[in-house]
Amino acid sequence: MAEHVVSASRSGKKSRSSVHAFLRNVLKYKVLLLMLLPPVLVFIVNAYLPMVGLLIAFKDINYTDGIFTSPWVGFRNFEYLFTTTDAWRITRNTILYNLLFIFSGLVLSVGIAIALNEIKTRFFPKLYQTIMIMPNFLSMVIVAFVGYAFLSSDSGYINRSILEPLGIPGINWYTEPKYWPFILPFINIWKTVGMNSIIYLAAITSIHAEYYEAAVIDGAGKWKQIRHITLPLLTPVMVILTILAVGNIFRADFGLFYQTTMNSAALYPTTDVIDTYVYRALMNLGDIGMSSAASFYQSVVGFICIMGANWIVKKINSDNAMF
Amino acid sequence: MPTSKAAAMNGLSKPAHVALNTAFIIIGLICVLPVVLVLAVSLSDEQSIYSHGYQFIPTKFSLAAYRYLFHDFSVVARAYGVTIMVTVVGTILNVILTSLYAYPISRQDFPFKKAFTMFILITMLFNGGLVSFYLVYVSVLHVNNTVWALILPLVTNPFWVIVGRTFFKENIPGEVLESAAIDGAGELRIFLQLVLPLSLPVLATMALFSIFSYWNDWFNSLLFITDRKWFSLQYVMMKALLDFQFIQENLKLSSNVKQQVKIPSESIRMAMAMVGMGPIILAYPFFQRYFVSGLTVGAVKG
Repeated sequence: MAEHVVSASRSGKKSRSSVHAFLRNVLKYKVLLLMLLPPVLVFIVNAYLPMVGLLIAFKDINYTDGIFTSPWVGFRNFEYLFTTTDAWRITRNTILYNLLFIFSGLVLSVGIAIALNEIKTRFFPKLYQTIMIMPNFLSMVIVAFVGYAFLSSDSGYINRSILEPLGIPGINWYTEPKYWPFILPFINIWKTVGMNSIIYLAAITSIHAEYYEAAVIDGAGKWKQIRHITLPLLTPVMVILTILAVGNIFRADFGLFYQTTMNSAALYPTTDVIDTYVYRALMNLGDIGMSSAASFYQSVVGFICIMGANWIVKKINSDNAMF
Repeated sequence: MPTSKAAAMNGLSKPAHVALNTAFIIIGLICVLPVVLVLAVSLSDEQSIYSHGYQFIPTKFSLAAYRYLFHDFSVVARAYGVTIMVTVVGTILNVILTSLYAYPISRQDFPFKKAFTMFILITMLFNGGLVSFYLVYVSVLHVNNTVWALILPLVTNPFWVIVGRTFFKENIPGEVLESAAIDGAGELRIFLQLVLPLSLPVLATMALFSIFSYWNDWFNSLLFITDRKWFSLQYVMMKALLDFQFIQENLKLSSNVKQQVKIPSESIRMAMAMVGMGPIILAYPFFQRYFVSGLTVGAVKG
């Protein structure tokens, strides 16, 4: 028992050469392998079985035959999906919202992080942080309540306390699609910016003070310091996080698009994204063929985006790549 | 470094400092006021809501909504019970499973660490999507309408496995493990009596994030639960927002009360939101420093 840790790295290299060594390693590390067993089982159930289940996109699935014995139909589910206008609409919405979220979020988070870093009293930055990341910990259901408190057409704060005194007739927010490309990014920023700015703040505080000392000696003011030191040194973090977010551009926050819109069908033209579409096709319409095709499309294109993003990160700086 | 120099270097001019603080106060208000509005409506008299709409300062203060809600609390109480149970059990399992995975792959001498790291990275990159996930739960595992449908989906998170691995690797030096092994401690003993106690900060952070994700979960109820026995708190709130009928049906007011009084529909919804948000938002400020340190742990590349 005692020597195995000591001789570990050497035996690790030798093991590749033979089956015998492999089995010896299994025996030697049996406790660690047994520890891995329960979580591995959970990952198989939660992640790997559904990956196999992607095959149902090519099947005419019915509950009596089950997943594995339903008949194959080739690409018919996909033909069906892509001949509707839905595929284009949900793809466009998903991508455009994500781009909007990424860029507005980036600018605001970095701005807030830099500003927060400039406040040198001890107490206030902590207080501001606490308050700003609070929305991040509210559930989307609560966010939907908050949204409703402002947007309800009968009693909502905006209609009754802002528009009415101005003599502007109230707006039916939950049936007017044109306002949602503004409302949804606003809610998303409200919920996420505080949290993201802390990541940038952590990066800023790790910048060595010597850089600023040297700049001060050279006569650089605050703006110059921010422009020529803080921003350039923050750029790698900004680039990585942005590219990773772009890698997830085919995934939408289901809660944001389902809850805060109160799943209002009138809003679908500007609020329907791949995730809400898949959910609805599956649960409300019971159209497993269509929803599994859309689900497959999202998984595969999403995977390509993530691999592409990682590839780009690797090109820029291999230390920052995920793998 | 002398303080005067530091002040010269870091100091903003007084007006700039005031301006910055003002900006942050405004941002802070934007973050907090929306929730204050929900609280204010829940404390408003129903009639004043009809005449003035939702307001930050109730024209007429009333606790009627809360009285109704607590008059017969059974649906909400049941949902509280479900949510608390799922949160406690789920979080305990989550921390156990995450550390069971993170520790072996943090060990430099473990010959299979690359393979198992890959196994988990793959799940971060690619997934089966909603439909096959749903079908696995419903037609393979048959866990719909059971409490497992609420616990299982959130019980592991590859991100926290990676964070845990990084923590174990960097904070528990191989020499410590070696010397414990030389002293005759078995693997399990090293893990339980040495590694875990030294890792309390990261375990606590994991647990806190898990508590929030279980407490705030409504999606798994939406997908898998139709039996009201297992409605979670967030799901009950969501139903209350989407259809008021749900509240009426579930407030088992004695029939004569129902005849006489109109249920304050607007304020009771918001009261429900406050009841659902209550514990977690009260606990939040105390946990905040852990979140920040946890985030910093997470921000360091895994």
